[in-house]
Amino acid sequence: MTRIDDKFAALKADGKKAFVSYIMAGDPDYETSLEIVKGLPGAGVDIIELGVPFTDPMADGPTIQLAGQRSLAAGMTLQKTLDLATEFRKGDDITPIVLMGYYNPIFSRGVDNFLNDAKAAGIDGLIVVDLPPEEDSELCIPAQKAGLNFIRLATPTTDDARLPKVLTNTSGFVYYVSITGITGAASAEAGDVGPEVARIKSHTDLPVIVGFGIKTPERSEAIAKVADGSVVGSAIVDLIAAGKSTDEVLAFVRGLAEGAHRA
Amino acid sequence: MAQDLFNSFMTGPDENGRFGEFGGRFVSETLMPLILSLEAEYEKAKTDDSFWAEMDDLWKHYVGRPSPLYFAERLTERFGGAKIYLKRDELNHTGAHKINNVLGQILLARRMGKTRIIAETGAGQHGVATATVCARFGLKCVVYMGAHDVERQAPNVFRMRLLGAEVVPVTSGRGTLKDAMNDALRDWVTNVRDTFYCIGTVAGPHPYPAMVRDFQSIIGKEVREQLQEQEGEGRLPDTLIAAIGGGSNAMGLFFPFLDDKSVRIIGVEAGGKGVNDKFEHCASLTGGRPGVLHGNKTYLLQDDDGQILEGFSISAGLDYPGIGPEHSWLHDTKRAEYVSITDKEALAAFQLCCEAEGIIPALEPSHALAYVAKIAPELPSDHIIVMNMCGRGDKDIFTVAKHLGVEINSGA
Ligand SMILES: Cc1ncc(COP(=O)(O)O)c(C=O)c1O
Repeated sequence: MTRIDDKFAALKADGKKAFVSYIMAGDPDYETSLEIVKGLPGAGVDIIELGVPFTDPMADGPTIQLAGQRSLAAGMTLQKTLDLATEFRKGDDITPIVLMGYYNPIFSRGVDNFLNDAKAAGIDGLIVVDLPPEEDSELCIPAQKAGLNFIRLATPTTDDARLPKVLTNTSGFVYYVSITGITGAASAEAGDVGPEVARIKSHTDLPVIVGFGIKTPERSEAIAKVADGSVVGSAIVDLIAAGKSTDEVLAFVRGLAEGAHRA
Repeated sequence: MAQDLFNSFMTGPDENGRFGEFGGRFVSETLMPLILSLEAEYEKAKTDDSFWAEMDDLWKHYVGRPSPLYFAERLTERFGGAKIYLKRDELNHTGAHKINNVLGQILLARRMGKTRIIAETGAGQHGVATATVCARFGLKCVVYMGAHDVERQAPNVFRMRLLGAEVVPVTSGRGTLKDAMNDALRDWVTNVRDTFYCIGTVAGPHPYPAMVRDFQSIIGKEVREQLQEQEGEGRLPDTLIAAIGGGSNAMGLFFPFLDDKSVRIIGVEAGGKGVNDKFEHCASLTGGRPGVLHGNKTYLLQDDDGQILEGFSISAGLDYPGIGPEHSWLHDTKRAEYVSITDKEALAAFQLCCEAEGIIPALEPSHALAYVAKIAPELPSDHIIVMNMCGRGDKDIFTVAKHLGVEINSGA
């Protein structure tokens, strides 16, 4: 059982849907992003996705691309991302943290080293965009052995024949990407998402949360209603890009979380 | 026989798209189903005579293949050693080897019912080739090109537009070839259902490295026949030399000779200002280390944190921080050697080729020629070097003029 499994068990007991937020570690700088991350649980966030900056984020739209560039320009690294998690864990031992990013910084550090350090930093799960099931031997299987959840993306192009392959070796939850596209693009209608979530659920007992393109509390609620929770990234990152204060960012997050929790 | 097969360098990649540890399919889930269906479609086409008959017909009548294998008598005299042959792929329609591969991919796209073609381009040669073949088949074409390259390769941008392609200047990241490839991948993820991504080199997720290599292998296959016609039955080249950006023209020349152990194989990377720790070069093999980018595991220019570095080269076509995975494997297994040539050396070779042979080469093969110039003088006169003259220099005259301190009017 990881903190992620515990969290979903607790939400289920409360009859609540999950709200998952994404921000880029180190955006606009280490201190500010640490402050925001520390405030997320209080704003109603159930699971924190922490972006690891990478120079070539091929599945991300402009918002998250620029966040990565700001973060890298401010000197962020994979090590400092782990430091940030360690710092957060000093005050919160419950809220799960999922690192989300691309494989090269992890590969560059060495998979075994990375897994040891991530575990020690209190990381609970990994989403690595460019590691499909075909590459499970790279990181997915070692990560599960190390006790970290490996969370996979399922997409509209993942048909029924392929779903079992995507779900094997997936743990924690399934992240359904509601559109074929990059982060920050337009979102799908809840009416279209519902049947897709049901399709995935017919193959797995894992919670299915849905993201990509959710920008408002209403959308967060509508999507959470037809799934086990919603994820918001770009809309939050946009506020950070606009230079909003930590309080303003967290107030916006609170609205999104309340939307999901109403569902 | 079994032993021979075991020792073959020509059986890769394996079913996971790996050449040793290199290659693979490092893409997002959205693209995986499409990549698998592309692989299936390619496997079918590969053994379909009608597919190759169509390729041969287009290669012959549209591209102008076979390209000549030309004995460069005056360069041979100048160097005073080995006998130099140039494989004249710069004479192809559109002026480079790129079209060999584009034709194959577009025929596949048609078989898959795709109606929209996207491509990335650096120097613009792959973009021009893609725009050309799309015009020929009436397909919609969108080319991603780094904003910086749009500027330094203006004539090719205009060519693509004349051919009906939409050229999208890429400003994301640092606006270079690798960013153009990122944006092409982003487009593909978004428009996966009707769009075919025509990759311009032996990189990207499996099956691209193998597929592009197979299409480009026409270069080496022709060399094998042509050299025997000119030098006598059974005569193999002693040394093969080609320039490497992503490595497609080089793989095309090398592949048919990988199992001919007597043939020395040399890939020439762009050394920019010199292969140093400041990374003012694009020499992934001589100055990088293994990593994962754009769908494959291969040698990359990167910092200690695994962040990708921008390369530097006078040649836009070599300005890429990675290299095809098969080259990484040939490097580690030591079947091929990889060296680097600086901007300055390439420029000198460019000028030498113009005045000694009456051939204006592209800056990319000028790198290969500069290495020929280094080793040829020390080799005996019965040693045959075949160098891939993979592109012509029309696109580069403005860059070269600038470096020579000459002002020319690109307008009139
Ligand atoms: C003439 C020429 N040669 C070489 C290259 C580099 O590509 P590759 O290494 O795949 O042959 C380019 C790319 O634009 C080119 O235009």
